[in-house]
Amino acid sequence: MEFAELIKTPRVDGVVLHRPFLPTVEGTLCLTGHHLILSSRQDNTEELWLLHSNIDSIEKRFVGSLGSIIVKCKDLRVIQLDIPGMEECLNIASSIEALSTLDSVSLMYPFFYRPMFEVIEDGWNSFLPEDAFKDLESMTDEWRLSEVNKDFSVCPSYPPLVAVPKDIDDETLRKVATFRHGGRFPVLSYYHKKNGMVMMRAGQPLTGTNGRRCKEDEKLINATLRPGKRGYIIDTRTINVAQQAKARGGGIESEANYPQWRRIHKAIERSNVLQESLIKLVEACNDQSHNMDRWLSKLEASNWQTHVKEILTTACLAAQCIDREGASVLVHGTEGTDTTLQVTSLAQIILDPSCRTIRGFQGLVEREWLQAGHPFQQRCAQSAYSNSKPRQEAPVFLLFLDCVWQILRQFPCSFEFSESYLVLLFEHAYASQFVCRLFLRQLHKTVSLWSWVNRHQEIERLTNPLFEANSLVIWPSVAPQSLLLWEGVFLRWNRSSKCLDEAYEEMVHIIEYNKELQNKVNSLRRQLAQLETEDPLLQTP
Amino acid sequence: MEHIRTPKVEQVRLLDRFSNKSTNGTLYLTATHLIFVESSSNNLTSAAQEIWILHHHIASVEKLSLTTTGCPLVIQCRNFRVVHFVVQRERDCHDIYSSLLRLLRPVSYEELYAFSYNPKQNDQQREEGWQLIDLGAEFERMGVPCDQWQLTDVNRDYKVCETYPRDLYVPITASKPIIVGSSKFRSKGRFPVLTYFYQEKKAAVCRCSQPLSGFSARCLEDESMLQAISKANHNSRFVYVMDTRPKLNALANRAAGKGYENEDNYSNIRFQFVGIENIHVMRTSLQKLLEVIGTRSLSMGDYLEGLESSGWLRHIKAIVDAAIFLAKAVTVEGASVLVHCSDGWDRTAQVCSLGALLMDPYYRTIKGFMVLIEKDWISFGHKFADRCDQLDGDPKEVSPIFTQFLECVWQLSEQFPQAFEFSEWFLLQIHEHVHSCQYGNFLGNNQRQREELQLRERTHSLWAYLLSEKQNYLNPFYSPAYCEAHPVLEPSTLPYHFKFWRNMYHQFDRSMHPRQSILKTILTLRENSHKAESTLQALENRLHQLGVTPLTTSDPPAHPPTRDQRTNSNSLPPRPDSLILGAPVNHKDVQGQDDEDEQDEVGEEAVESTDMERTVEGSSGTESRKQSYGELEGTYNNELAKEEPAVVSLEFGVARMTC
Repeated sequence: MEFAELIKTPRVDGVVLHRPFLPTVEGTLCLTGHHLILSSRQDNTEELWLLHSNIDSIEKRFVGSLGSIIVKCKDLRVIQLDIPGMEECLNIASSIEALSTLDSVSLMYPFFYRPMFEVIEDGWNSFLPEDAFKDLESMTDEWRLSEVNKDFSVCPSYPPLVAVPKDIDDETLRKVATFRHGGRFPVLSYYHKKNGMVMMRAGQPLTGTNGRRCKEDEKLINATLRPGKRGYIIDTRTINVAQQAKARGGGIESEANYPQWRRIHKAIERSNVLQESLIKLVEACNDQSHNMDRWLSKLEASNWQTHVKEILTTACLAAQCIDREGASVLVHGTEGTDTTLQVTSLAQIILDPSCRTIRGFQGLVEREWLQAGHPFQQRCAQSAYSNSKPRQEAPVFLLFLDCVWQILRQFPCSFEFSESYLVLLFEHAYASQFVCRLFLRQLHKTVSLWSWVNRHQEIERLTNPLFEANSLVIWPSVAPQSLLLWEGVFLRWNRSSKCLDEAYEEMVHIIEYNKELQNKVNSLRRQLAQLETEDPLLQTP
Repeated sequence: MEHIRTPKVEQVRLLDRFSNKSTNGTLYLTATHLIFVESSSNNLTSAAQEIWILHHHIASVEKLSLTTTGCPLVIQCRNFRVVHFVVQRERDCHDIYSSLLRLLRPVSYEELYAFSYNPKQNDQQREEGWQLIDLGAEFERMGVPCDQWQLTDVNRDYKVCETYPRDLYVPITASKPIIVGSSKFRSKGRFPVLTYFYQEKKAAVCRCSQPLSGFSARCLEDESMLQAISKANHNSRFVYVMDTRPKLNALANRAAGKGYENEDNYSNIRFQFVGIENIHVMRTSLQKLLEVIGTRSLSMGDYLEGLESSGWLRHIKAIVDAAIFLAKAVTVEGASVLVHCSDGWDRTAQVCSLGALLMDPYYRTIKGFMVLIEKDWISFGHKFADRCDQLDGDPKEVSPIFTQFLECVWQLSEQFPQAFEFSEWFLLQIHEHVHSCQYGNFLGNNQRQREELQLRERTHSLWAYLLSEKQNYLNPFYSPAYCEAHPVLEPSTLPYHFKFWRNMYHQFDRSMHPRQSILKTILTLRENSHKAESTLQALENRLHQLGVTPLTTSDPPAHPPTRDQRTNSNSLPPRPDSLILGAPVNHKDVQGQDDEDEQDEVGEEAVESTDMERTVEGSSGTESRKQSYGELEGTYNNELAKEEPAVVSLEFGVARMTC
């Protein structure tokens, strides 16, 4: 299929673009295979470049022969294009609809994208499991890197290399894989250097109704315990949901078969519930006619903040078990690809200072989301405006980012990156010229998002000027009064951020001025010291 | 003191409000304070915490029924601190309880702390403190008196209106008979007077109380008064009359012979209801809010629902909306506005002061904000004594009207981070002292009463104290250039711009707060910059002395500091007293604070030396949050037995392995 078939009218003149809080722009609209472009053809006006894959849904309106297309984007922006001519408008609309819903992976933009920037560091090689394992090896020899999944045959959603206890051989792993949902046998997620405790993740055990057991599974996870110690299994489902899963072949680790483990059930919602929650929240944020009561009740009814609280609470619990109780933890839900990853990745943010750096956070997302097999393509196919019936869509990753933002708000000096970094990841998870969400085996054809982010000018924009390395564990408050609505995403297009941006600039100035002064003081001190050593007579008594 | 039966009780436990954390200590009862001192054996690493509670801050004391561990005593304070003690012996508890009951209900002004508080100042200093704010000068700043407005001496002896100040400004054309006639037609004699003059458009903001119009009464003098106000402004043919009440309330007042202006009787007025609720609704709303946020293990759903049903933010929004209406009428239309409610001392004060704050950048400075409060609240007779319950009075008169005003200002400062010279800490400190009765400013209900009490001679002024530690309250993001470019603030009042003010209502619940504060960090940085500036200067001088040219020079200070902190760069600010304020700007000044607790962990934070790793509060494993996560203790065992193991009531819980 050629893109040209889908584009009946490639360009229209005299199109007017309306955006909230920005002046309207009149210009020429062009459609290409991947972009919608509006240019006023004046040097000083910015152009609009919109990826078709960023378009969530469109609406058409007609007044006489003037048509309007309201474009609703996955990054939650809503813009309006006034297009003169009924036919042009209809053509453009149907092209956008077709182009924004292409589902063939190879037609997607990342496969066509050629970087306009110099790739200094190829992001694809930046976060290899081998490298992560080298770090681990320097701390402990209790783990090994297994190639059992080399050809993705044991677990299609795992990477080719995974870290497992040293004493467990590949044969055992294969057996365990048959006992865990999706073949996701327990693998190492995080090693807590301070006390040697670990966090593992897996799919649910396939006990079924008759309580099937798997000795190898028990052996594997027991191999992570120190003699005489107990561990925690954090199941992200309520006990009821977990029990019901037995009927479909799933289940829970029974006390009888796992006597050294204590199971804790939490209630993190998944899939459709989350998608609906996002839709309701965005609806509430976009309706400016609400009065206070209506706004608060809509906010409450969306349940979004409840999800945030629940996820953070579970992550805190996992972190507590490891850091405070000195116990190892196994985390799983049903498939082990959604709620599980939210918990394991957030717990690492809390526990591990290196995850709070720009690079460390990239590594975390790479390890705990991309390589760990979060189905980005399914989860992020649609955002809050889509009219089609949600299938597998769920803002699982967005909720994770929201939780990171909440911790960042509470520890504004402990993160090397700023809020913009999180917003950027949100945008790219839903629509990107880069790949961080497609299938692993096709990656080499595309450019990694990390290659782009790790350029000097990008890093600067995403750096938190307040950052001061903090080697400690950071415990966030999860009281509802301490959790806020993430305005940077949900109100981003509904308010003018001018005043806040200017204040931020001012803050950066203050910090830079202080740095500059300190540098000057230091250099003069050195100069003086040098003089004094050269001529001891100068030394003042 | 005759009311104190037991001045000291040992072995008292202080329970944390939101977790199972508790500390042991000794409780002392003095004539002015209730003091809890943590026993030093509790905590080896940090200094013993002390909590000082001023008797005037106590809103209620409740003795709960005896438990196995002792007798619980719950104390709620007006600064939103809630403490929960458990006293071992019932007898001791009762003694403390009954002493407090008496102490927190002073019957005469002379019993208030302000009359005994002595900050070691001589009479001259005290006098100077009181002279800091001069309202005459403030009206001059606005350009009054002028060709249309004059100072009238009609109330020199409080004869016309005893709740107004002596000096009042009225239109030139309003003769004494008109004033007196109008005052007789207004509730409590509060006739229309000038409170703010917008020089650029010659538009005036006037205030008064409701007219005694009943169903049909009219008063020619009152009509002439409004006419005079209208005539004094050539820019507009009419004057807005803003009745800040909901229409229904105003209608109901007509039956009592009061009411609102009939547009038919007054020429050239535009009448407008605004719909801010009365003091009783506001009181209930705050109670509801506090109840909700005081719940342990509060769920997100209950929190948001409670926030909604309390109506608190709705009321805050209504006040800001009214202020915006006022500011727009004056600055955009150039029309004069007359604001009133029932008596013209609650909602009217809120709307007039907030409106002026939107219009005039001066009121967004530290000094200007003091002037604003002095003018619209203190001098025009907001009944602080009644509203803040200073003496044992009618509980129905108590209402958080002034707190709402402070919150509105905070909400605006969130939208305009560069528009205010002061930070949130300043608002919190003012709130603290409105209720502390430690300074004379807010005592009593009106100026006349304050003069009778001889407050200027017998008490100290809060403003002098606040100005003396001004650098604590500065907003580092404040930009005078911004204010020049945006003299009039135009806030958005879409509901999502209004947030719950955690630092006010949870000021003393440390577990709720962010563990690092941008404000504090930036203030520390500025402090460091000022020090570095002088160090740099000294180094340069030394090098010049040695006849060497410095490698780098300080002369273009790349980004000169914008404010007067320069002058004070060497003196470390004293530590303000409250949790939010309490975090020292610099670790050196931890000492020397007199009251308040919580200094252990925060004190470590700011380490100047750059090569030392910073230790940040909130994390060093064993200390700070350890106990706060302690809620899971014990629950973990039970949870497996339970049908639905809701283990994590983890507001702050630690799963503890006990099996």
